[in-house]
Amino acid sequence: MSTAPSQSSILPAPGSRGPDIAFKWVAAMAAAMVVVLIVLVGWQLYAGSRMSLAKFGPGFLWSTEWDPVQDKYGALPFIFGTLVSSLLALLIAVPLGVATALFLTELAPIKIRQPIVMAIEMLAAVPSVIFGLWGIFVLVPWLRDYLFVWLKRYFGFLPLFQGPIYGVSMLAAGIVVAIMILPIITSISREILRSVPNLQREAAYALGATRWEVLKIAVLSYARRGLFGAAVLGLGRALGETMAVTMVIGNRPQISASLFAPGYTLASVIANEFTEATSDLYLNSLFELGLVLLGVAIAVNVVAQIMLKSMTGSGPIKVN
Amino acid sequence: MAASPYLPTEQFAHWRKIKSTAVTGVLVVCALAVIAPLFLVLYFLVVHGWSSIDWNFFTQLPKPTGETGGGMANAIVGTITLLTMASLVGVPIGVLGGIYLAEYGSDRANDWLRFAADVLNGVPSIVWGMVVYLMLVVPFKTFSAYAGGVALGFMMVPLVMRTTEEVLVLVPQSYREAALALGVARWKVIMVIVVRTALKGIATGIIIALARIAGETAPLLFTALGNTFWSHNLKEPISALPLQIFAYAISPYDDWHRQAWAGALVLMALILALNIIVRVLSRDRINKN
Repeated sequence: MSTAPSQSSILPAPGSRGPDIAFKWVAAMAAAMVVVLIVLVGWQLYAGSRMSLAKFGPGFLWSTEWDPVQDKYGALPFIFGTLVSSLLALLIAVPLGVATALFLTELAPIKIRQPIVMAIEMLAAVPSVIFGLWGIFVLVPWLRDYLFVWLKRYFGFLPLFQGPIYGVSMLAAGIVVAIMILPIITSISREILRSVPNLQREAAYALGATRWEVLKIAVLSYARRGLFGAAVLGLGRALGETMAVTMVIGNRPQISASLFAPGYTLASVIANEFTEATSDLYLNSLFELGLVLLGVAIAVNVVAQIMLKSMTGSGPIKVN
Repeated sequence: MAASPYLPTEQFAHWRKIKSTAVTGVLVVCALAVIAPLFLVLYFLVVHGWSSIDWNFFTQLPKPTGETGGGMANAIVGTITLLTMASLVGVPIGVLGGIYLAEYGSDRANDWLRFAADVLNGVPSIVWGMVVYLMLVVPFKTFSAYAGGVALGFMMVPLVMRTTEEVLVLVPQSYREAALALGVARWKVIMVIVVRTALKGIATGIIIALARIAGETAPLLFTALGNTFWSHNLKEPISALPLQIFAYAISPYDDWHRQAWAGALVLMALILALNIIVRVLSRDRINKN
């Protein structure tokens, strides 16, 4: 055949364009749902909190009063509790997670790598409510009887470790949340460390560096930005943790310097009081707390995504 | 050998080696500290949970306060119902969205959609409960299984979407070209050839998402609410294992605490089973390719 096939014969059979276009649009609409859902979440929380937004204005954010009887609401104790418990969790989880990732990528023999990775994945699969149950009946009594007593005895001169010990406390919440965000911090740090070129390590070894010096000079400094991204992502998870925190933090809206004192977080006050909210303003205020939580969580997540993207180029980092 | 002035002195090198070894030890201890909580949690689950599990646990309703015995039959069925309903919402949207990302979307649009999916993944789970409360509980004036299923389904969307995309792009381009060259319509190529080839991977992604949401409590608190009886109607509140565990754990009764541990053990077993299925499915895939 010398003549080129006519245009029409290489196109799909007539009549199939319709379903083709329809299918593409259905798929596009499904993909667009992620954007729709983000808008929906923001809009619904805004709509739900309109009354308290109008009544309290920005002062809601720094008012410390939370008094359903007088119908007066302020978010500060909850913002404080959320930030302190999350930062405590990061303080514990980031060094441990990065160290474990270093161990897994740089030191561990192949044979024990897989079991440890699997154990960490399993830890990630444990539901929040089970950590909470374990927290109430195992961790908190142990902290109350041993760790907190010890901390008070030797570090009691710090305001952080003063006051009565109840067990349920800001520190207990920080520890539980740390356990819960360890898997994500470890697995993302591991991805980041694996993306460090071997040339970096070899160059440092060639200069006569010891193993620790190689890690410090060649690996950690190279991966610094990505590891920071992993920590920020962990923060995003910590901020929204609800069930386990609710079960161990003590649920008292107060701002105290002592880590032994009970606190309250944005997520846990919503979980506890939402179905008991007796007035419209009460419910609206809880929605506004949700709006604050969502705003902070999204901002933190966006920052983390941007940092991780710039670190790894276009390569996908699995966030699950 | 005479010490070169450019090399560190013997004494200094010694110190550096000690430091390096010490750090190695610290790293090992950290790794152990990270996996220790898993074993502590599993140990206590088995110790406290196992003794409370009996036949009644799987067949009876919760007993009223003060009476011992009873079980969580309705919560187990409730969890399965909710997971089914969540799949009805999350799987079609997630899979179709993943198809769009892998087969149609321009690079630029895809970057934004992936970014949106990752951000959506970071929305705190309690927020989903509040949103669905306004969408489905307030208008219909009742907590319902529908609301719980939708809340969990929304959480599945970004998870299923990303994993579907990931497995679809692994399908060799030549499959698509071969089918298109035979004159098959694009949508049929995608559904019959591409999705079919990647079916196992897509199923794995769906099960991973199910394992993630099976233990979620926060989004159910103001949607499914919980129920101590059988729910015969999806328009009624429904119980779920995590809800029942939470309610029992914060109660003051020893017998309920025992039930909470038993429920937690069953929930954990369900989630581990889902994870094992994932592992088996993905091992086959790795061997094949």
